Amino acid sequence: MKNTTVILSENIPLTENVYKAVLTGHNAGVIVPGRFVNIKIDGFFLRRPLSVCDSDENSVTVIYKVVGEGTKAFSELKVGKKLDVLSDLGNGYDTKMSGEKPLLVGGGVGTPPMYMLAKRLIAEKKKPTVILGFNTKKEIFFEEEFLKTGAKVVIATADGSAGVRGFVTDAIKDLDYSYVYACGPEPMLKAVYHASKTSGQFSFEERMGCGFGACMGCSCKTITGYKRICKDGPVLYKEEILW
Amino acid sequence: MVNTKVDLCGITLDNPVIPASGTFGYGYEFAELYDINILGTFSFKGTTREPRFGNPTPRIAECKSGMLNAVGLQNPGVEKVISEELTLLKKVFHKPVMANVSGFSVEEYVEVSERLSACEQVGWIELNVSCPNVHGGGMSFGTSCESVRTVTEAVKKKVKKPLIVKLSPNVTDIAGMAKACEDGGADGISLINTLIGMRIDLKKRAPVLKNVTGGLSGGAIFPIAVRMVYQASSAVSIPVVGMGGVESAEDVIELMLAGATAVEVGAANLVDPFVCKKIVEDLPSVMERYGITSLKKIIGGAKNG
Repeated sequence: MKNTTVILSENIPLTENVYKAVLTGHNAGVIVPGRFVNIKIDGFFLRRPLSVCDSDENSVTVIYKVVGEGTKAFSELKVGKKLDVLSDLGNGYDTKMSGEKPLLVGGGVGTPPMYMLAKRLIAEKKKPTVILGFNTKKEIFFEEEFLKTGAKVVIATADGSAGVRGFVTDAIKDLDYSYVYACGPEPMLKAVYHASKTSGQFSFEERMGCGFGACMGCSCKTITGYKRICKDGPVLYKEEILW
Repeated sequence: MVNTKVDLCGITLDNPVIPASGTFGYGYEFAELYDINILGTFSFKGTTREPRFGNPTPRIAECKSGMLNAVGLQNPGVEKVISEELTLLKKVFHKPVMANVSGFSVEEYVEVSERLSACEQVGWIELNVSCPNVHGGGMSFGTSCESVRTVTEAVKKKVKKPLIVKLSPNVTDIAGMAKACEDGGADGISLINTLIGMRIDLKKRAPVLKNVTGGLSGGAIFPIAVRMVYQASSAVSIPVVGMGGVESAEDVIELMLAGATAVEVGAANLVDPFVCKKIVEDLPSVMERYGITSLKKIIGGAKNG
């Protein structure tokens, strides 16, 4: 965990209610894909935990959906705003177990962490396939960026308005892969858990108090005991999930 | 040169700043950030006889100037706390620590207190009779004078270390509760635990917390803490540890003027993990600003006027 002051250097809409923000500050970066930042927003008691889409040493990109008052206020912040951030939180994805042909599955605003993960896997000379699931065509974001990483990209939309018609699991069926990484809403994670043939890592979401392991607000039960989503997660191994 | 030392039940604290139970774990998350030995002490996560997962999630909800929690005393149980957590804690914290104890029966409170008080590192037992998030335990012991006196007496009989009873604000007569602790033999009291609150999700038309209700903490409850510390400390002659929404050195001084000997900091740790360090560092200059040379001398100072 790092506590830093960052400058909001970009904050733009990608779709009707999904935004991309870039936070810039000395040593604010996140090292491991799948980790998150926890941002203090004026007027709100608790910080807002957001998964990291991309990062280098001094900047962090987050993609977030406006779902409540806090994210709405965040979307209205102007470039240049100083923000207090706890950065590099959580365990993140372990790329060592990926094998040659990892499958990355993201749903909705669960897709952003897959971007940094895809880039990392490609840097490690692996050949990832990314499945991005959305409800409908106009909700799709970051398709171009994913293509530019060099990963194979498959889009699935529930209404069939773009890519494969159906859920991400419909796109998985005929694929050959060595390992699974997933992030998205819990019903999607559960479906991927059952549909996937290999081992994998799944990233979870929960309402958090602190975001760094102190309050036990976001605990869950696993095969290997009680885990704090914020500190021992958000990424859990398939083998330890109680489904 | 100002003096920040206070005496809490016979043990000298370098300063009155104490992270509150449930907001500081067993110290290691914070020890990675700063040397936690600068603190007066801290109160570790509430301990029960058996391991507990606590309540189902969501167990956190936000409010204006505060938060609700319904964690429900998640802890690994007294045995593991002693064999694992306290062993690790020894490496990062070298002062007497406050052991927070909860339970579901008088026997459990006695047993857990006895076992923890036998640990060399433990300086005080803080008896939590005020957790609002468990059923059939916790707060049900701390909302009647009779039961709080009974549990205090039973623990005091078996425990030689100073016994501090942590009280709930969810009562009509806080002075009476404080007196019951003193009559039961408590060496001190601490207050306030959280106030019972609730939030409803408009989209789901359902409570935000799976437990329906939770304990309100944060800046929103500070004035209630000041009032209750003032009333409770006026009713007893044992030391009072004040807490509830403390976020700054000024808040620490305000609670001490109300009658607190030391001050716990709770929810603020979850938002700013460095808050207690900042408070400790700010105290001398804030004391100077208000013409305070020794914190010890201002305890209950608001009652002299």
